[in-house]
Amino acid sequence: MKNVNDKSTDVVQLAHGGGGRMMHQLISEVFASIFDASGLDCSNDAALLPGQQSRIVFTTDSYVVDPLFFPGGDIGCLAVYGTVNDLAMRGARPAYMSVGFIVEEGFPINDLKRIAESMRASAQHAGISIVTGDTKVVDRGHGHGLFINTAGIGFVDHDLVIGVENVQPDDAIVLSGDIGRHGLAVMACRQELALETSIESDCASLAEPILKLIDARIDIHCLRDLTRGGLASALVEISESCRAEIVLNQAGIKVLPQVAAACEILGLDPLYVANEGRFVLFLPAEQVNLALEVIDRSCADSKPVVAGRVSAVGNPRVILRNEYGTERVIDMLSGDQLPRIC
Amino acid sequence: MKFLSEYRDAGSVLKLIELIHRNTTRDWRIMEVCGGQTNTILRYGLDQSIRECITFVHGPGCPVCVTPAETIDLAQTLATRPDVILCSFGDMLRVPGSKHTLLDIKSVGGDVVMLYSPLDALRLAQERPGREVVFFGIGFETTAPLTALAILRAREVGLRNFSVLCAHVLIPPAVDSVMRMPSARIDALLAPGHVCTISGIRAYQLLSAQHKIPIVVTGFEPVDILQGVLQSVEMLEQDRAEMAIQYRRAVAATGNPEAQRLAETVFRPADREWRGLGMIPGSGLVIAREFQQYDAEHRFSLERASIHSAHSEPCGDVLTGLATPPECPLFGRQCTPEHPVGAPMVSSEGTCAAYYRSQRYAATASTVIEDAPRTR
Amino acid sequence: MCLAVPGQIASVKDEGRFSRSGKVSFDGVMVSVNLSCVPEADIGDFVLVHAGVAIGRINQDEARRTLALLAQAFDDNPGGKE
Repeated sequence: MKNVNDKSTDVVQLAHGGGGRMMHQLISEVFASIFDASGLDCSNDAALLPGQQSRIVFTTDSYVVDPLFFPGGDIGCLAVYGTVNDLAMRGARPAYMSVGFIVEEGFPINDLKRIAESMRASAQHAGISIVTGDTKVVDRGHGHGLFINTAGIGFVDHDLVIGVENVQPDDAIVLSGDIGRHGLAVMACRQELALETSIESDCASLAEPILKLIDARIDIHCLRDLTRGGLASALVEISESCRAEIVLNQAGIKVLPQVAAACEILGLDPLYVANEGRFVLFLPAEQVNLALEVIDRSCADSKPVVAGRVSAVGNPRVILRNEYGTERVIDMLSGDQLPRIC
Repeated sequence: MKFLSEYRDAGSVLKLIELIHRNTTRDWRIMEVCGGQTNTILRYGLDQSIRECITFVHGPGCPVCVTPAETIDLAQTLATRPDVILCSFGDMLRVPGSKHTLLDIKSVGGDVVMLYSPLDALRLAQERPGREVVFFGIGFETTAPLTALAILRAREVGLRNFSVLCAHVLIPPAVDSVMRMPSARIDALLAPGHVCTISGIRAYQLLSAQHKIPIVVTGFEPVDILQGVLQSVEMLEQDRAEMAIQYRRAVAATGNPEAQRLAETVFRPADREWRGLGMIPGSGLVIAREFQQYDAEHRFSLERASIHSAHSEPCGDVLTGLATPPECPLFGRQCTPEHPVGAPMVSSEGTCAAYYRSQRYAATASTVIEDAPRTR
Repeated sequence: MCLAVPGQIASVKDEGRFSRSGKVSFDGVMVSVNLSCVPEADIGDFVLVHAGVAIGRINQDEARRTLALLAQAFDDNPGGKE
């Protein structure tokens, strides 16, 4: 058994959450050294931030992905980009974030370092600073490895009010790229499904395309990033919030061949598969071409499309129009979509 | 995807729709039995596109929907045993038994694992020699050979901690049962393509002759379904009651002899209760005595609770195509995807769930359901 | 019911009567599939895969015929009454 004061412990122990020397050692070795350049204030309970003239956007989220490391990303970059994207969806420039780790006893410290490094790199890429944090350790068997909670602050440097309340009839709906990559990338890791694919998560920051759209004076009415529940759930939520009827065109929905094939094999509908680097944009129809151009220039690996439009307000539903000339109403699922054989 | 995408081609679909319209002189009612075909019809709105002349009657082709609640209860009983790992296809996890679902049991500590294939259960049993691995074997003739393969492989390697809770059922007796119902009005049948890939067409030739209806063995893509309808219509318009194969790329008249051999080695036919339909003679499969160590009911001395009468649930009429989901008094009221009363509402292949999600009721003349509160 | 998807056999491993298996490609997604039910199928063939097991081989001639018959039906009924 290792000496509890041994500096070279390679897994997280309960004592690392105890508030004593070991916790400070863990913070210093893993978080402070990696997040230092990010502006992390380890010495105080909270970060003191400069005052702002702009409106403030504030968000919080928690990350429980399994597995923690997946093709195209990990829980760390997911946590950073997820926070950044929530801020960006209100038109905010991401500025600061906090990060809270709940670590299970026995979690390899090297993995924790990998995740912290991934967060550092993602934060730098997205232009957000990790300024404060917290660490707790829970008993083995109670923590699923690692949970991450974040809170994020962004600033709105313009006059647009971007939110679901601004959706208008005849708004065009632009979808920033192909769908289904993240959900399948994670699902393909599940041992029991035994799929070998080269699908990578689309986990990415959406701050740049959004800020560029704002710079280009696009009159953005509403933004929503697609996460759990996929494109369908995001649109149904918006439809219900603003009581809008949305018409989606099947032809506008693009799916990579391997994602489509994996969905066929597992009996999944790509409309409901999770994404982590895609958004929908509601805007006046006359600005669509400019918006497509701006998004195309700022997103490396996805091609934006016009996916549909708001056809009316008052009868909240989402209709999918297919190439056969028929329509069906898209609803949310009750829970997660599960693979099927029937 | 090759051999898939071609059968979704919009041009072909539109032309087939046109041909069906042009070749019908009156209304016809065509039953499809396989949940996958029901899914395609509803998902792509094929029923809407030919509704002027064709009414689809959705038959009991969802093995999840027809598994008796009492059988699901047995699976749950096993899952609560500390020595058991209960393995199941994803389809079954949210279907209610008498009270609970397998996911409910999982949430209170039952060891329930979702698998993609029965062969994965074998691997799990090999990895966890101290636990009893039980595979919940649902599905029609298409899936039975897979369960048989797992059992034969288990015997081959001398696996001692693997068994199957067998709930496999057979389609032809169920079709026969539906066709015999006095209220059944079915002019033709689209026979399930993948079931016939395994079993061949013999049973459907007999059904066609017996009930004097055209039967077309049909695939699962929009072009397949519509071509199957067109072939049925051609026979109906000429008053011919014959059997034909539309799904020729995947169905040979004799089926798959090797797969049949596997199933015949491990299973015997037996009478079986179908949820919502009652007892259908010779419609189920049980594990043969020679393999009883792999039969979970034998291994764990399980006693089936007596199965309630067929008509205790209103699902029977929907499952047999005698009513559409909106015509069920519980649909959209007490029975919604969030609070399902019966399996057709919760199963992903269930007719009621498909109708509810696509809000078909809003498109029909019935105004009753539009007032029903949406539970969320 | 009976979700089965066509894929192409990329490799085969024969380890016994019930353990003939292979990698099947679905547009680049590789799945380990048991091939015991299709002893006649080999590399390059297309098989229908259901829950990790190949249940039948795609008859490519019949597939071509089905599409050809379809095209024929469309040509025979171009636009007037039948």
